[in-house]
Amino acid sequence: MFTKLFAPFDRDATPRYRALREEARARFATLPLPTVRSEDWRFTNIAPLAETSFELPNALMESGPAAPKNKLQFHFLNGRFAPAISSPVPSSISIGSLANAPSSLPLVGKIADVRANAFTALNASFVADGLYVTIPDDVILETPIEIIHYARSDEKPVVIQPRTLIVIGKNARATVVERYFGGQTYFTNAVTEITLSDYGVLDHVKVQEESVSAYHIANTQVVMAAKSNFTTHYLSLGGALVRNEVRVRFDGEHAEATVNGLYLADGKQHMDNFTVIDHAQPNCASHELYKGILDGKSHGVFNGKIFVRKDAQKTDAKQTNKVLLLSDDATINTKPQLEIFADDVKCTHGATIGQLDATQLFYLQSRGIPLEPARRLLTFAFANDIVNRVKIEAIRAEMETRIVR
Amino acid sequence: MLTIRNLHAKVADKDILRGINLTVKSGEVHAIMGPNGSGKSTLAGVLTGKDAFEVTEGEVLFEGKNLLDMKPEERAGEGIFLAFQYPVEIPGVTNNYFLRASVNSVRKYRGEPELDAAAFLKLVKAKAKVLHMPEDLLKRAVNEGFSGGEKKRNEIFQMAVLEPKLCILDETDSGLDIDAMKAVAEGVNALRSKDRAMIVITHYQRLLDHIVPDFVHVLSEGRIVKTGGKGLALELEAHGYDPIKAGMATV
Repeated sequence: MFTKLFAPFDRDATPRYRALREEARARFATLPLPTVRSEDWRFTNIAPLAETSFELPNALMESGPAAPKNKLQFHFLNGRFAPAISSPVPSSISIGSLANAPSSLPLVGKIADVRANAFTALNASFVADGLYVTIPDDVILETPIEIIHYARSDEKPVVIQPRTLIVIGKNARATVVERYFGGQTYFTNAVTEITLSDYGVLDHVKVQEESVSAYHIANTQVVMAAKSNFTTHYLSLGGALVRNEVRVRFDGEHAEATVNGLYLADGKQHMDNFTVIDHAQPNCASHELYKGILDGKSHGVFNGKIFVRKDAQKTDAKQTNKVLLLSDDATINTKPQLEIFADDVKCTHGATIGQLDATQLFYLQSRGIPLEPARRLLTFAFANDIVNRVKIEAIRAEMETRIVR
Repeated sequence: MLTIRNLHAKVADKDILRGINLTVKSGEVHAIMGPNGSGKSTLAGVLTGKDAFEVTEGEVLFEGKNLLDMKPEERAGEGIFLAFQYPVEIPGVTNNYFLRASVNSVRKYRGEPELDAAAFLKLVKAKAKVLHMPEDLLKRAVNEGFSGGEKKRNEIFQMAVLEPKLCILDETDSGLDIDAMKAVAEGVNALRSKDRAMIVITHYQRLLDHIVPDFVHVLSEGRIVKTGGKGLALELEAHGYDPIKAGMATV
């Protein structure tokens, strides 16, 4: 179905990544789209996506105000970089379309493995545009870099293949926010590759608020060098069928990763969170907290894998998934998966599923707060555990508004 | 202000209240005492609309309106406040946030404009000062990790901010040492006024040394069996509830 799009895509695309695209396409041909018979996709049926015929997107007009000067905003419209409405790049860092990336940036496609995953191979089959972000050694960037993807189908459903490469140098520090939204039915198939050098620090936030009929599949893949620190907050609000994959691999010792997620689903939304933390080196720590809030007939999935390799002694890994069910018809499947091959490690995992507390509700009502706002307040209280850890105040406020209304 | 007539209520098919009659006028402080299981907390729950209790007979009028038809939040809007025996912890919501939602819900109910953040902060700071409430408690999650004394003070603080017409204090002294109890009583006394009535529910007389009531009612087996002035509390302290119960049996 997607293969018919390859030739028309190449007519417009830079030849620069042709070899990568060809390799990915060859791989994609051998990887069937996953079904519920595959263990990693047991609870997520992608049939509605697989049965839809997607087109390449039209270019959208770069309209709207220029990005404010004090911000670092980089806009993509239907998958294409929109420099006219994006911020100028300060000289201390390097950001731009992958099409124009410096030749010294050979990392594209090296972190997210096209061999492992049909959707990652599909994304790489369309590599051309996308954003690269390079924070050179010792540069500390205070202003968050915002990567904003807007997608819209005008007639037939379109597929966009956002691709981002984030390279954090030695001792460098940055914050990156990815944001996805749009209109009508479309399919976002995003791949984000992240690499951190020794002592590098990245605070990553993803705000996914796709349209309610959109498909969103994302693979965020991270490789961490010694003593680096990576944090992500994956905030999922939109989309009809959503699959969020986060894969972190420790490639050096004494590195620390925090992988947090919040997913809010209502109606018939389906949100699948799939994480892999690969403790391939000793002395690393990972903290993982996912919280789900499910209303209506929504379906949530949490599948958290932690690998502790044979030599990865002194690993400290913690994984927690907590779910709040707001309706009797909502469903959650949660599956922790720990595979530990080292003997001197600390690994814990836990899952809880609960409902709003009647005593707390009555307490709020007795203080004058009507039942519905009281329910929303308690829902926000549940989410706050994650929201409060996001360092960007504007995103915290946005989440509060979304939940409390 | 409050008129309770022949109130009967049950919990899970067990009759708890069996014909309560009580009239409370503004400015008055009524103490309700009684042994465990006499129905004290049930009465507080029925007045505030806790749905575990089913009213089977009787009526309750608050300023002429039928209270039993109202939802808990409407009762709060009308000016009824319950200081909980066991204040509820709400992790993830700061005291400040919760109180602002509460104040603005009540204002909305009364058709008053909501307070913005600045106006609210001013109100809260003024009240915190009067009650010697440490301001850092406002930034902490509602009752989470609070000591017993802090929880009860927080109830009184909410009461001060909401300025209710009728305050119901359910065993506010339970679990407090004498200093904490004094501090709470001081807060309550600061809120006494001619426009405000209070119902103080307590098992022990000692709280009433500090919050001196105008009337003392003894509740036993779901009925008020004796009413007197503040001296009645001392009598109960000296002789216990048994003579009253025994007196009932012989009547």
